[in-house]
Amino acid sequence: MRRHDVVVVKRARTPRRSLMPYAVLATIAVAIAVALVASGLWTDMLRYRKDVVYLIKQHLMLVGISGSLAIVSGIAAGVWLSRPWMARYAEGTIQVVNMATSVPTLAKLALMMSLLGIGALPAIVALWIATLLPIIRNTYAGIRAVPAEMVDAAQGMGMGPHDILRRVELPNALFVMLAGVRTAMAVNVGTAPIAFLIGGGGLGELIFTGIDLQEPAMMLAGAIPTALLAVAVDFLFGQAQYWLVPRGVNPLRNA
Amino acid sequence: MIRLEALTKTYRSAQGDVTAVDEISFEVEAGQTCVLLGPSGCGKTTTLRMINRLVVPTSGKVFIGGVDTDTMNPVALRRTIGYVIQQIGLFPNMTVGENIGVVPRLLGWSAERIRKRSQELLAMLALDPAQFYDRYPGELSGGQAQRVGVARALAADPPVLLMDEPFGALDPVNREVIQDEFLRMQQSLRKTVLFVSHDIDEAVKMADRIAIFQSGRLAQYAPPDAMLAQPANEFVASFVGSDRTLKRLRRIRVAEVMTAADGAVDTRELGVRPSDDLRRVAALFLETAAESLPCIDGDGHIVGRITRTAVASRLGAQLRK
Repeated sequence: MRRHDVVVVKRARTPRRSLMPYAVLATIAVAIAVALVASGLWTDMLRYRKDVVYLIKQHLMLVGISGSLAIVSGIAAGVWLSRPWMARYAEGTIQVVNMATSVPTLAKLALMMSLLGIGALPAIVALWIATLLPIIRNTYAGIRAVPAEMVDAAQGMGMGPHDILRRVELPNALFVMLAGVRTAMAVNVGTAPIAFLIGGGGLGELIFTGIDLQEPAMMLAGAIPTALLAVAVDFLFGQAQYWLVPRGVNPLRNA
Repeated sequence: MIRLEALTKTYRSAQGDVTAVDEISFEVEAGQTCVLLGPSGCGKTTTLRMINRLVVPTSGKVFIGGVDTDTMNPVALRRTIGYVIQQIGLFPNMTVGENIGVVPRLLGWSAERIRKRSQELLAMLALDPAQFYDRYPGELSGGQAQRVGVARALAADPPVLLMDEPFGALDPVNREVIQDEFLRMQQSLRKTVLFVSHDIDEAVKMADRIAIFQSGRLAQYAPPDAMLAQPANEFVASFVGSDRTLKRLRRIRVAEVMTAADGAVDTRELGVRPSDDLRRVAALFLETAAESLPCIDGDGHIVGRITRTAVASRLGAQLRK
């Protein structure tokens, strides 16, 4: 090939998703791992192996129970608010939801503790509420954003209310709904370590105790799995957004 | 086929009751196209939507094929009526094939039958099934989307088609093309069509009968030629425009006006076809001083002549009635 030859690579019509964010994350992870091993912290951290395994189970239970409850109940509540017979109350309710969202999660935990005492239950309830609100809001907003003409066409063709919800409203709102779920779950895994403060257990136990004892290895033994979990959950819901939303209304697949 | 009896819709508002549609009565025969025409806010769309009960009438009746639609389940009723609105009505989450298959699916057809029917309709509407069946509405042009809209309405072969400004969002060139295609299809399908439009030219082109609305009331119900020749009142006259005689030319065929050939033919003469409409004749009369034109069929045989006097008496005859 001569020096001035230029190879033109024609891009496919649908551009491939960028792997850039994952490459950056992987680089950072490798750098941290190298630093940990080099400084000898890694060997110290391995001493907490048993605690980590036990607490991860607890942590996943907090996130899993509160998150799945929130997804189910949040979508149900959002759909319910979007129904015509709720139109009179929906906007007001969403205002309340917005206000409740602005309450810091730490305050929600404290409030739950004063209502339900300490332990896993108040922690799960507080996490559930914190996760619930963005899901309700986005479900409602997503369904409301479906153009009235589209619903009108569906009705005019003889779809019943159930068909319209399942085949027109939900598929067209799904992208926004899942964006809400993704944000909500980020809040959930981000808050879960604090559950330790009201006796909820989880990886927060290692983080907070490590801070108190000025024991970096202990702290990192809690912090690193927490961070990995957050990345994994975000990746999972990002994938859900990519694959579950119909291609015709999926901005990720029509770029 | 479709009969409206004193159909009325009254809305309550802060300023008191507003009558959007006021005792509309008319009948559309099977296989005919009726255009509901009028300025915006005249009640034509509300009238259309009362036929498939998207709007519940305050009083009055709609009969389809002799059956009072009050007695039918609205959802079941709508599945027997094709409904076309502007292109936004396609579901963007479904492919073209799935969009067309919506009503057949509601009716419980088999997947195989739905697929066959969708592809048949795409072909009928000049869209290559291999190319368009799996596309999404977002990947279509306005004209293509509107064709899919029509295909979707025809999917379950309903006897009645309701169309609410179906071609309103298209540019003039595309609109003419799709109107022509629709007219050609309608010649073999013979659906009973109610078509809302605010465009007099579209109405004259598409309609067997025009129902012209004036603030909720039916101002005139007549075939296009009769409406253009004899507007019922000032409002209709001003809506159809001062060039209404020119608009009539489109709907009159040479064959209706031509007289028997008188033998002598100058081969250099310009001719018209019996199937042409009078717009071509008028253009030739304006461009030349000819008193008459030969009418030539597809094989080049002279089958008659059309004279200025005959055209004038055809256009004037209705006025003198």
